[in-house]
Amino acid sequence: MSKYKAVIGLEMHCELQSNSKVFSSAKNSYSEIANSNVSPVDMAFPGILPTINKESVREALLMSLVLNCTQPEYMYFDRKNYYYPDLPKGYQITQMHAPVGVNGKVTIDMGTYQKEVLIHDIHLEEDSASLDHYSDASLIDYNRAGVPLLELVTEPCLNTADEAVAFLEYMRRCYQYCGVSLADTKMGQIRCDVNVSIMDEDSTTLGTKVEIKNVNSFSNVYETINYEIKRQSELKDTGRYNEVEQETRRFDEETGTTIRMRSKVDAIDYKYFVEPNIPKYKITKEWLESIRKTIPLLPNERKEKYMKEYGLSEYDANIIIKEKDYADYFEECLSLGMDAKTSANYLIVQIIAYLNKEDITLKDFYLTPSLLNQIISELNKGTISSKQAKEIFNKSLEEKKEPKNYITKDNAQMSNQDELTKIITNILNNNPSQIEDYHQGKTNLFDYFVGQVMKETKGKANPTIVKEILNKKLN
Amino acid sequence: MAIINNIEKLHEMLVNKEITPLELVNESLEKSKSVQDKCNAFVTIIENPKITNVTENMLSGIPFGIKDNYSTKGILSTGSSNTLKDYIPIFSATAVLNLEKAGAIGVNKTAMDEFGMGGTGTTCHTGPVRNPWDLKRMAGGSSAGSAAAVASGVYPFALGSDTGDSIRKPAAYCGIVGYKPTYGMISRYGLFPFASSLDHCGCLTRSVKDAAIVVDAMKGIDPKDQTTWDSQNIHLYDALNGNIKGKKLFYIKEIANIESYQNKSEMLKKHLANFHQTLDILKRLGVTIDEVSIDKSILASLPSVYVCISCAEATSNMSNLTGIIFGPRGEGNNYEEIIKDHRTKGFSPLIKRRFVIGSYILQKENQERYFVNAQRVRRLIVDQMKDLFKNYDALIMPVGSGIAPYLEDDNNMIDNEETRILEEHLQIGNFGGFPSITIPNGFIDNMPVGINITGNCYDDENVLNIAYALEKEMPYQGQIAKEGENE
Repeated sequence: MSKYKAVIGLEMHCELQSNSKVFSSAKNSYSEIANSNVSPVDMAFPGILPTINKESVREALLMSLVLNCTQPEYMYFDRKNYYYPDLPKGYQITQMHAPVGVNGKVTIDMGTYQKEVLIHDIHLEEDSASLDHYSDASLIDYNRAGVPLLELVTEPCLNTADEAVAFLEYMRRCYQYCGVSLADTKMGQIRCDVNVSIMDEDSTTLGTKVEIKNVNSFSNVYETINYEIKRQSELKDTGRYNEVEQETRRFDEETGTTIRMRSKVDAIDYKYFVEPNIPKYKITKEWLESIRKTIPLLPNERKEKYMKEYGLSEYDANIIIKEKDYADYFEECLSLGMDAKTSANYLIVQIIAYLNKEDITLKDFYLTPSLLNQIISELNKGTISSKQAKEIFNKSLEEKKEPKNYITKDNAQMSNQDELTKIITNILNNNPSQIEDYHQGKTNLFDYFVGQVMKETKGKANPTIVKEILNKKLN
Repeated sequence: MAIINNIEKLHEMLVNKEITPLELVNESLEKSKSVQDKCNAFVTIIENPKITNVTENMLSGIPFGIKDNYSTKGILSTGSSNTLKDYIPIFSATAVLNLEKAGAIGVNKTAMDEFGMGGTGTTCHTGPVRNPWDLKRMAGGSSAGSAAAVASGVYPFALGSDTGDSIRKPAAYCGIVGYKPTYGMISRYGLFPFASSLDHCGCLTRSVKDAAIVVDAMKGIDPKDQTTWDSQNIHLYDALNGNIKGKKLFYIKEIANIESYQNKSEMLKKHLANFHQTLDILKRLGVTIDEVSIDKSILASLPSVYVCISCAEATSNMSNLTGIIFGPRGEGNNYEEIIKDHRTKGFSPLIKRRFVIGSYILQKENQERYFVNAQRVRRLIVDQMKDLFKNYDALIMPVGSGIAPYLEDDNNMIDNEETRILEEHLQIGNFGGFPSITIPNGFIDNMPVGINITGNCYDDENVLNIAYALEKEMPYQGQIAKEGENE
């Protein structure tokens, strides 16, 4: 652990979901086929003009509200000017003067304490094209050019890599819960820049800030921060803190280190100015309120509800809110009248394990809550055993057939007292010597009799009832 | 030749089958070739345009010219720049599509100052455009080819674009009508941008009526241009009644009164005298005309304001010209060298100068001083004009400081500080997005001069009607350049 205090700020980019791109009519959708979701606007052919996607603005405002930000009176955009092959227009349309949200804050549950994270701003902009570099050429794919992007900038208010990752996790969930993004880091939908500086524990002056660009997974964010804290601390320890420069670095995944890209002295002047082709648009109070009404229950609120109303443990609740899919699944189970604890148990133990094993998401999972209900309701009625329930669960998944197909009279659990008594009486009559031994003290023969009943009923006998009857008969 | 007639007449001839659209197009193409030889007015002559049928629409079967900064699907569109010398777009500008829908037939792409940056018509990558009234003189710019062609009678109208005065100045130099409607009335989608907040689409014609017919067809709200607005209640052609009795106009004393000048050149005296004679015609029609004074320091700053805003927006707007997606690919070992090579070879020195200015103005440390202050002055003059438009129907002003300069000697107008605002005041129309029309109002030394009428936003019908009434009282409507005709 470093003896210095680290100060961390994050910039989090998240691609938004929408039918079309943020300033063009091309489809906003990931495609393996390069340059298939492209309009002339995305390629900046001469004469094109941007047209703002209202849905993207709504999503941006929604997130601005979720982050408790202040919204501007008017919506307008700025141009950020620079030359790069992934930027067809030579400028990016973004928001500098009036971001969709400023001065927000959210509270993150760190387990042992609550962390308040201050939001500097959140703004709507367009993504760039993606580049593939080869030894003698680079290829440009414009599918991503113009995809709506929400950039969130925190104040330098985080102090550990854990806090940073907890915040990012929280935000990822918020995006998912609000339905504005799949927020999948694997698909590059979330990308982060990390700012790290260190200072003496009792100091009030910030140290030299180092920016690490394009860190593309949360585990890399974690590693980046810890590496930077270590690197800067070592320099400070050895009296070489002046070697910590205000600069831009990148994280190198192979070595787990950060590598210098350029000094801040060489920082580009982006020559921001207001985009003249998108007229200022008044954000009415009515519109904002109607957006506010659509904010769903957020992960932390759901967690609290699950614990208080449904009696789940914090551990279970935490697992379920981790992904919006899980929580939605769980809530759908409840809406079908399924027992909360049983549903939670099934979700956590059976379903999530299955998803991980098969490497699929809940969206591709065959047993929807109503199909699962076919199993759980029979289990609760006692017509099937929990072992049978598991078998039906697996079989149903394997053969992609509804569980009710496997809950026939044949395999239904035998709970009928009379029937079972008849069978047990038969067995006991056929095994007089074992009864003798049992009464002599070989009490483990009790299990032998249970086994016989199971054998006779092909495992369908309700074991609890069998034990009850046997107890009565033998003792 | 039939083609030299106005649109109403041509429509009548087409409907009566006195001529067919194909014959008209052939006349226009033939004329294009002779005007090309004389004036160098075109980048492309469209040899086999798609012939349309004659319908009720007055523009059906009518040939027209398209300034080369309008994107035209499948047809070379260069903006008169080497950076796009082989660029064939995959889409057409909305304004062009609207005219095609009306049945009009584009027959050529007209040369212009590179990307509209310039007022001389001399910076086209195909060489300077010459004035059909006197081939030694410039046609004015940037819509030089359009002005020269319409003045020569190649067709009744051509498209122009206007960022400072690029329709209205060459119209005056070539003795024709140049009209740019209120900002946002015609979609800019597909118009190569110069300075987005100042760019206007418009047309050049030989009569106010033709301008009204053409813009009626070009205009309309366009989902592809969010600065367009719904103008379906504006009917320019229908509103022309010629009745302007009781209208109130004003001119700016500091610019249009000869007593405001220390150095009263013969040209200036003749030009302003001609202007005031035209005002007398209006007075006879029952129009009130007042002389209004505007703070000289504001007026003097307008050309600089224009430079600041237009150059700043232009540097950004033209950052897409990298030679990576379209345009000739530059040479180099990395993207920066490739882009630099493309732009170094492609742009003329004049444009590069403007890029340097624009870039300087937008730099963080300079923005407040130049860019933001320029916008403040822009708002000052626009607010003042809007105040005046509360009491007046329109501003009426002389165009330029005289006749078209000689090509050999194109500095003579720029160097004169005193007449600079006289040369450039039409920019006020761009600052405010005001509807503004130039019509011919006489000759000096056998060269045409023009007068301009500018009104408040959305008041296009009124502005055109005043121009229409005035035009009727003068003998210049429909005039064809004499040198173009005689040779």
